[in-house]
Order: sequence, then structure tokens, then C-alpha cells
Amino acid sequence: MTEATGGIEMEEDTSGKVKKFLYVNRKAPYGTIYALESLEVVLIAAAFDQDVSLAFLDDGVYQVVKGQHTKGIDVKNFSPTYRALEGYDIEKLYVEKESMEARGLKESDFIVPMKIIGAQEMAGLMQSQDVVLSF
Amino acid sequence: MKFGILINEGPYTHQASDTAYLFAKAAIEKGHKIHRVFFYHDGVYNSSRLTEPPQDDRHIINRWQKLAKDHHIDLVVCVAAALRRGIKDENLQEGFRISGLGQLIESGIQSDRLVTFGD
Amino acid sequence: MLHTVNKSPTERNALDSCLKHLTKGAAVLLIEDGVYGALKGTSTTKTVEQALKSHPIYALYPDIEARGMQDRVIDGIKLVDYNGFVDLVAEHANVQAWL
Repeated sequence: MTEATGGIEMEEDTSGKVKKFLYVNRKAPYGTIYALESLEVVLIAAAFDQDVSLAFLDDGVYQVVKGQHTKGIDVKNFSPTYRALEGYDIEKLYVEKESMEARGLKESDFIVPMKIIGAQEMAGLMQSQDVVLSF
Repeated sequence: MKFGILINEGPYTHQASDTAYLFAKAAIEKGHKIHRVFFYHDGVYNSSRLTEPPQDDRHIINRWQKLAKDHHIDLVVCVAAALRRGIKDENLQEGFRISGLGQLIESGIQSDRLVTFGD
Repeated sequence: MLHTVNKSPTERNALDSCLKHLTKGAAVLLIEDGVYGALKGTSTTKTVEQALKSHPIYALYPDIEARGMQDRVIDGIKLVDYNGFVDLVAEHANVQAWL
């Protein structure tokens, strides 16, 4: 992790402080870089032992569908990385039901098991966070 | 109150950096502290020393530089995003520094509020 | 909780989605192109007026004025400047940007 964190200079002591971080993903992958660079933040965040959740709603649900093959567009397929998140103790992955259904997707279409929650529950999740990061 | 700021877009194309700057300026004037501005995604272009806007336009890069100097704000450019986009120490404006994404997370932990500006 | 929206509601669904995720005590601040969501007589006016019944909605006046929309703002939407923006962030426990 040392290399991945880019040599964090801990000017202030962050040890012991645990905040709730939510990463909100509302954009589809590949058309823009947001999905990939959001995932890069999440991987770094894992080193900080914070309480991390990931939310996928609106077009963000397209980030985590199975069957992505990117050879033809010559871009790295980063979707397998979502499978690796568990190894970083990032296990709270939420997909919004309404967004999923509006896009003709179902629970079995995702690359990893997702907690499917309704918009109201998603709103509660957002509200309960200390830091909400959207990209 | 201590604020952290995240900027996800480059200068001039998007309003994000302008809004963030005016927000930061107002916060400082009200007695708050901006302890760090983190530049991510195309936001890293806000640090390019090679930027030369027309004379009658605002200089977004130098404006950040001055605000940071006057009020001790840490201007951090994400190393991964910067390298991807050709921002390196040799074209980095003075007053900015290139560092890891950990600085963003740390900002989230240390600040009372983290405010995101992007597209 | 404070939600910021910077997209025109006729271009993207950020405002629409944001309004579906408001919890008790949440406020919305429209900035940049998001201020087009503060206007009367548009296809989204009704939705915004409905949300106004249960949640305060603010719009960043410098952005309204820059776009020449100062006479079109829905009654009940509160106009703030950058100082007001700072106050709103300080007053709410967290802030989410609907990018």
C-alpha cells in the first residue's frame, strides 16, 4: 500500500479518528474517467481504516455490471477490481433499486454481490455520513 | 470551522474551479480556515505553470497561488491524475505540490467539511 | 445535510435524483448551471415547487444574475451569495455534490 498511497505525509495525526466515508457513483464507465478514478480513491482510502461505503445510483450502476470487455476500445477494463474490494475490507456496496430497474438490470447482473436498497434507504445512507465524495 | 475542498475539473472549461475559489475566499473572509485544496481528475490542470489566459481574463492558476500564499492553504495535486495528464514538477506552478490521494482522504478526516466542486 | 446541484435540469438528471434523496432537515443549493432549476415556467418547476414544501431550496445569486435569470426565480427559493453558501455548508453536518 505504501506505493499506492503516494507516500502519504502524515502532517497531522489521523490515527484513531474513524469517519464514515461514502463514495457516490452516478456516472457510467469509459465515456468519462470518473468511475475509474473514483475506484482509485476507494483503494487508497482502504489504507486509512475509515468506515467506507460505496453507492451506485443513476448511471453509476453501469459501472458494476458483468461482462465488460474493453479490448475493442483499447481502455483498461477495471471492473474486476470491484471483486478485489473485499480483500481491502470494503464490503458495503449499495446499488439503488430504482436506478437498477430503470436500466433493465437485476441483482444477478452485477460483478459482485450488491446490497440492493431503495431510494429512501439510499437517502438515509447519504445523510448518515461524515464525508460524501462524488466524482 | 476547517474546510477541505476537492476540485475535479480543469480551469476555464468548467466553472468548478471558479466556484471553489469564490467559496474559499468567502470562507476565509468569514473567519473559517481552508486547510487544503485537492486537485483531482482534470482538476490537476489548475496547477499548470504554462497557463497563459488573455490579459483581460482572470488567471485561475495564479489566483489560487496567491490565495494559498496569503492564507497558508495547502494546494495538493494528485500524483496519479497529474502524471496521466502531463503535469509534473517541471510545469507545476509554485505554491502547488504533487502528492498522493491519501492527502484527499486525510483532508476528509481532518476537516469539519469537505466540499466537492466538479462536473 | 446540504445537497449542491450544478447541472441544468433540462440537460441532466442531477436535480431530479437529488430531490428524490432528501431526508428530514436536508437543504438544496443550486449553483452554476444548477440555477436553471430555480426558474418559473419550466418543465421542472412543478417538481421543485413540490420539494419546496418540505425542504428549503437556495440558489446562488451570482450564478442566476450571470445567466440573466434574475426575474424568473420561483417564489420561495432563497437567494444567497458566496457568503451564504459558506454559511449553509457550516450549518449542515455534511454536504453532497450532485455532479
